[in-house]
Amino acid sequence: MSRLYFEFNESLRIAFAQIRANKMRSALTALGVIIGIVAVTLMGTAINGIDRGFQNSLSMLGDDILYVQKWPWGPVEDWWNYVGRPSIKNEHAAPLNRIIQSTPGSLLEVAVPCVSQTGSVKKNDNKVSNVYILGTTAEFARISNVDYREGRLFTETEASAGRLVCVLGYDVAEALFPGRSPLGDTVAIDGQPYTVIGVLVKQGAFLGLFSFDNQAVIPLNAYKRYYSARRDSELRVKITDKNRMSEAREELVGAMRRVRSQLPGERDNFSINEQQAFKSQLDPVKSGIAMVGLFITGLSLFVGAIGIMNITFVSVKERTKEIGTRKALGARRRTILLQFLIEAVAICMVGGVVGLALTSGVCLAIRAAMPSFPVVFSFNLVLVSLSVSVVTGVVSGFVPAWGASRLDPVEALRYE
Amino acid sequence: MVPPVAPATGRIVRPLGPVVIEIEQVTKLYRMGEEVIHALRGVGLRIHRNEYLAIMGPSGSGKSTLMNMLGCLDTPTAGRYDFNGKNVAHMDDDELAEIRNREIGFVFQTFNLLPRSDALHNVELPLIYAGVHKHERRERALRALDHVGLGQRVHHKPNELSGGQRQRVAIARALINNPSIILADEPTGNLDSRTGEEIMALFEELYRQGNTIIVVTHEEDIAHHARRIVRLRDGLIESDVASA
Repeated sequence: MSRLYFEFNESLRIAFAQIRANKMRSALTALGVIIGIVAVTLMGTAINGIDRGFQNSLSMLGDDILYVQKWPWGPVEDWWNYVGRPSIKNEHAAPLNRIIQSTPGSLLEVAVPCVSQTGSVKKNDNKVSNVYILGTTAEFARISNVDYREGRLFTETEASAGRLVCVLGYDVAEALFPGRSPLGDTVAIDGQPYTVIGVLVKQGAFLGLFSFDNQAVIPLNAYKRYYSARRDSELRVKITDKNRMSEAREELVGAMRRVRSQLPGERDNFSINEQQAFKSQLDPVKSGIAMVGLFITGLSLFVGAIGIMNITFVSVKERTKEIGTRKALGARRRTILLQFLIEAVAICMVGGVVGLALTSGVCLAIRAAMPSFPVVFSFNLVLVSLSVSVVTGVVSGFVPAWGASRLDPVEALRYE
Repeated sequence: MVPPVAPATGRIVRPLGPVVIEIEQVTKLYRMGEEVIHALRGVGLRIHRNEYLAIMGPSGSGKSTLMNMLGCLDTPTAGRYDFNGKNVAHMDDDELAEIRNREIGFVFQTFNLLPRSDALHNVELPLIYAGVHKHERRERALRALDHVGLGQRVHHKPNELSGGQRQRVAIARALINNPSIILADEPTGNLDSRTGEEIMALFEELYRQGNTIIVVTHEEDIAHHARRIVRLRDGLIESDVASA
């Protein structure tokens, strides 16, 4: 055992002496590994970031909310089966909530009607267009998990009276009231004066497409007064236990059929949507991106590995006589194998560490330049990239090192 | 064949110890493409402890092959080879490495020192492979270097040493494991004649201290330092006599 330890030490010593003696060569070889490691770890970071952003987006939808809508989320090929469905009405909420309350042990908590369209919000000369105007009831507080930067949601009284009050998304508030609080001030939403009673915290964009900060929430009764009633509503239904999502879904289907007075055997004339629908559609896309990305960047690491293999072959060749001498002095096969493997691994490790340093630098730079892009540089990545570089060293060093360990000592000693 | 004691020259001849090496009917074939080369055609040799032996022969005589065989760098195609009573003819690479490490001290014509290591580390190397602890390694290597007259040069790299000094480092390395035999292949081949004589004087001293030495050479002068000369020709032993 102690012999193996001494041989290991000797191998380390040789490896670093060798790297020192061939600085340029080792540096160039390590460069190949560095590029590979940087590419792979950056890719890993990007994939992590996409994943994180995706999770953030999904959580905006709420993982305990079912959406009752006319159309299902995702692509629909048989549109003719959906287009004839009756609209979802805000008025469905009341009977639905009655059914929920009269069901003992219901998995559903509350149904909240929501109706929306885009509009503009204006304060003096500042105007924000394409704002998502959401009309809802005071119950909205129960289904929304968004925090308020300041202020509050409208109350039951304000809502049923249809008072002109609003809660602004972060970006809208910032655009109209830069650097000051809009609370108590008045904004014009599509021409009607609303008093600002709350501002939401920053939430970011849903899948990078649709900003949740660009919205204004107003009482449903105010909405009905100024906007077309023909638009489809949706019912957002909060469930009590998100681990029993499918049971809750079943219950909701039954309740909605009762509300809609659908006959047995008749197909549902509404859709129940949930974030899972997005997840199951986007997950394959996500893993596809991850696989292709890692494969392509993996190729660059592969090129680096070939460089290592090549340099180890060269190293074995030019030290053939030394190998012969060591064998004559009693070095066994595994000693020689170990020596060259460690040399290859050492170069890879150096490459891995430098590559990792570069990657973390790049990540910091990205985070500084684009704070919204979710860059995730994790400790796992350190482990992964270091083990990848060690494995690269072992794999690419093995063939030449094996060859060296099998050299015939007589031939090796004669080599000039 | 045992050489006679006390030859006419009056040099000291140590009494023979037990048999270290015994080979019998050893042959070695090489295949070079279509051709089969008979490097050794049936060689028998018995070497005792405390012998000082020279192996001579022109190139192509099988001298190098015999030396590789004796040094356990190679195994015979056929025949018997006992080293200290152990049959080494059929040992595998690692077992042979073990024998070389513990029983044989090599001295090469081209010194074969590790260029980037100092004298001390070069001498230590066989002990690393033997699994000896660092402190003991250091101590023994220092003693061995002192023994060959290089006690003041332990931290010099090979390129900071003269040819003769390099060969002394190599000899210290050969001695470090207290081997059964010291096997020197043309040890003076890369040295001028004066330095060569110094090295041979060192071998003489080592012999007197009780080492067993085999020198492979093609120079008569060098061979005559030995007490016994084995001459090879065409893969066979031509003569085996006490040195005059």
